[in-house]
Amino acid sequence: MKPAPFDYVAPASLEEALAALGEHGVDAKLLAGGQSLIPVMNFRLAQPAVIIDLNRVPGLDRIEVTPDRRLRIGALCRHSAVERDSRVAETAPLLHEAVPLIAHPQIRNRGTVGGSLAHADPAAELPAVAVAARARLKLQSAADERWVPAQEFFTGLFATALEPDEILVEIEVPASAPATGWCFQEIARRHGDYAQVGVAAMVSLGTDGACREARLVYLSVGDGPIEARQAAALLAGEVLSEEALEAAVAHAGNEEIEPTDDIHASAEFKRHLARVLSRRALRKAAERARAVVGRS
Amino acid sequence: MVQRHRVSVVINGERYEREVEPRLLLSDFLRHELGLSGTHVGCEQGACGACTILLDGEPVRSCLLLTVQAHEHELLTVEGLAPDPSQLHPLQESFREAHALQCGFCTPGFLMTLLPFLEENPDASEQEIRRALSGNLCRCTGYQHIVDAVKLATQR
Repeated sequence: MKPAPFDYVAPASLEEALAALGEHGVDAKLLAGGQSLIPVMNFRLAQPAVIIDLNRVPGLDRIEVTPDRRLRIGALCRHSAVERDSRVAETAPLLHEAVPLIAHPQIRNRGTVGGSLAHADPAAELPAVAVAARARLKLQSAADERWVPAQEFFTGLFATALEPDEILVEIEVPASAPATGWCFQEIARRHGDYAQVGVAAMVSLGTDGACREARLVYLSVGDGPIEARQAAALLAGEVLSEEALEAAVAHAGNEEIEPTDDIHASAEFKRHLARVLSRRALRKAAERARAVVGRS
Repeated sequence: MVQRHRVSVVINGERYEREVEPRLLLSDFLRHELGLSGTHVGCEQGACGACTILLDGEPVRSCLLLTVQAHEHELLTVEGLAPDPSQLHPLQESFREAHALQCGFCTPGFLMTLLPFLEENPDASEQEIRRALSGNLCRCTGYQHIVDAVKLATQR
């Protein structure tokens, strides 16, 4: 199908974009990469009165690393640019591992980091990565700007903390804690399809070699990124033995996620996938954390 | 009163200027306004890859772009592949030799996906090739002959 008619504005600066958004409010939709928005407009599931195209706003596609090794990614950065950037690989290895799993190459050439986060699809990789990495997001309005932690940004199914007059302009990923390993795992029927289940894991080790902090954040098993805090708490202070991992994995897969049946898989099968992927992700993250310790 | 926007775009080396409605998809602009019907439209939701073209050298879904977004950009469509009407591009040759198409509906999208991939990965492995093709659907070939064609192209 074809989109319903709309008015189109292509602001040449962030100020113009914010002014247009202030004027049209909830009648307007921001167009970034368009890889989710245009399909729902083609289906006429969305019929915005006004499209504000951000693609001609300069300065939103920068990638930089601050002196204290925080990675800052402009909201309009394409997934493919993030995928190729060596600074991302060095400072945010979890993100670097997840980005090639986002859809297909043609989609990654257009889709943007900010678009994916603001869309908040529960099956998307980046929201889970942002929560696991404790990223924060910069929301800009004409009057103000604020930084929101990723854990507070995602508020429900396709819902975020963004106010109608705000634009997500940047995300910031903090430097990993010392002795930290990471792993991103997902299962999709074909490479590039939506994941049936995915998980982002981080493991930090203490000087005694025991787990100081672990994080497990899932996609496709709830209304948004789902963090298994109780399972992670079970790991804190533990030497990461197979028994300890098993207890955490079972708790996360059985108690902390809410998968639903769909045409591809039953909820029970998704719980099974979650347990398998969590086990792999935690093992790999722990192994990488030990390797970091070994090098320093 | 429908708002119309001026679009100036270079396609296959030739500049086109038109006034279009903002809702006109780039795939429909190519096919219906310019008669460049080599770009095929399968799903209009970004799943099938038949409408893949190059935007500033990178493969994209033309059904997920508004025509107005192409303003002041450069496009390459399947019509721009062959050097002249009597000759095929080496990639097209490979497709013909390896029987990489049956009905041919998906072929333009495959070719446009593969063109930059082969430039960047001239020694691509079978697994890399299959991964590169993950965003294009073919219902005839079972993909094996397409993979064969890409391997053939890497040898040229």
